[in-house]
Amino acid sequence: MQDAVLAMLAKEPSHGYDLRARLRRSLGPLGESMNHGQIYVTLARLEKAGLVVCERADGLPERPERKVYALTPAGQQRVAAWLTEVGWPKPDLAEFHLKLVAAAAARLADPVELVAAQRRELMRRLRETQRAALAEPTESAAVVLLEGVALRLQADLRWLAACERAWSTGDDENEGA
Amino acid sequence: MTSAVAEARGLTKVHGRGESRVPAVDAVDLEVPEGQTLAVMGPSGCGKSTLLHLLGGLERPTKGEVWLAGRRVDTLSERALARLRRRSVGFVFQAFHLVEELSAAENVELPVLLAGHSRREARRRARLLLDRFGLTARARHLPSELSGGQRQRVAVARALANEPRLVLADEPTGNLDSAATLDVLRVFEDLRAAGQTLVIVTHDERVAATADRLISMRDGMFVDDTRLTGAATGWLGGLAGLEG
Repeated sequence: MQDAVLAMLAKEPSHGYDLRARLRRSLGPLGESMNHGQIYVTLARLEKAGLVVCERADGLPERPERKVYALTPAGQQRVAAWLTEVGWPKPDLAEFHLKLVAAAAARLADPVELVAAQRRELMRRLRETQRAALAEPTESAAVVLLEGVALRLQADLRWLAACERAWSTGDDENEGA
Repeated sequence: MTSAVAEARGLTKVHGRGESRVPAVDAVDLEVPEGQTLAVMGPSGCGKSTLLHLLGGLERPTKGEVWLAGRRVDTLSERALARLRRRSVGFVFQAFHLVEELSAAENVELPVLLAGHSRREARRRARLLLDRFGLTARARHLPSELSGGQRQRVAVARALANEPRLVLADEPTGNLDSAATLDVLRVFEDLRAAGQTLVIVTHDERVAATADRLISMRDGMFVDDTRLTGAATGWLGGLAGLEG
């Protein structure tokens, strides 16, 4: 998230509370647990790393919410590098897969039942995500983000269906998988 | 019986004869209370569409009972069954099944006229329903002039035209691309919020996730029956944060 805060400063020097408001608008319901002080902690870290400077302070200089931050040349370079970087979060499916393998091997639990429990949870999350998307104003930037969350959940649910097929026919065959 | 809008007891449907007899629906019990939206999922051939046809009186069970709005329907004559279907059940199909020669508005008016109401009443209901689903500007268009999402919205409007106690939808997004699917998701969310009792058979997780309750079917039987409602988990709010 440090990178995202830096990139937002590329538009113009801003107050912490402006940055926070822009983040909240872009994230919609996904930004709800972001607490008030976090943006200042992040800005202080970026300042320490020489990526931003406090350009000026309106009013009382001791109050962080009055400081206007700007990118340093190093900060600009970091933003440019971040924009062209092709990173992507890893799908974390191995742990659940291993849970099914171990449960079946030790006869601790029925893998099909574990899959069903997981499906119930993901369906509730999908429902919550879709309802949040429908509740957003249509022009909100968060709609497309929520669409991404819904599509990933759908992909995970389809993978669970594949797991169920594999474990309901396979018995011990899957042990080495 | 109870106040359930749809109810089934020991419901069984066997297809085929002799050696090749396969139960498509195998002794299931089901109660759908007033105002509930129920999604039924399962692999193709699990019996979910047959279940829907039995609930709506489109097919007769081999064994067991079906009750609709407090009336037993599996023992009704063809005529009485057709009348009950027209008044109490609205159907939404994968292939829309609109009358191609009639405009969007006329498609919605048709079941109202068939139920014996005046032309004026039919027009009034069609106007309200097309407006509700954002189709006012398309009222005079033929189905062939509408997009897939618009056609399915017309089909939902038609299903609601006789203010049915129960709406049954069979793969309502099966023929739609993802943008049109969102349109239809919005419509089902609207029906749910309005308290419409609804049973949707689907392979689309996103459609199923609009429902209050989810049943999973395998080989003609229910293998899972779960409520999707409940307090928000707060899960979404934690997905993005400055520390992440």
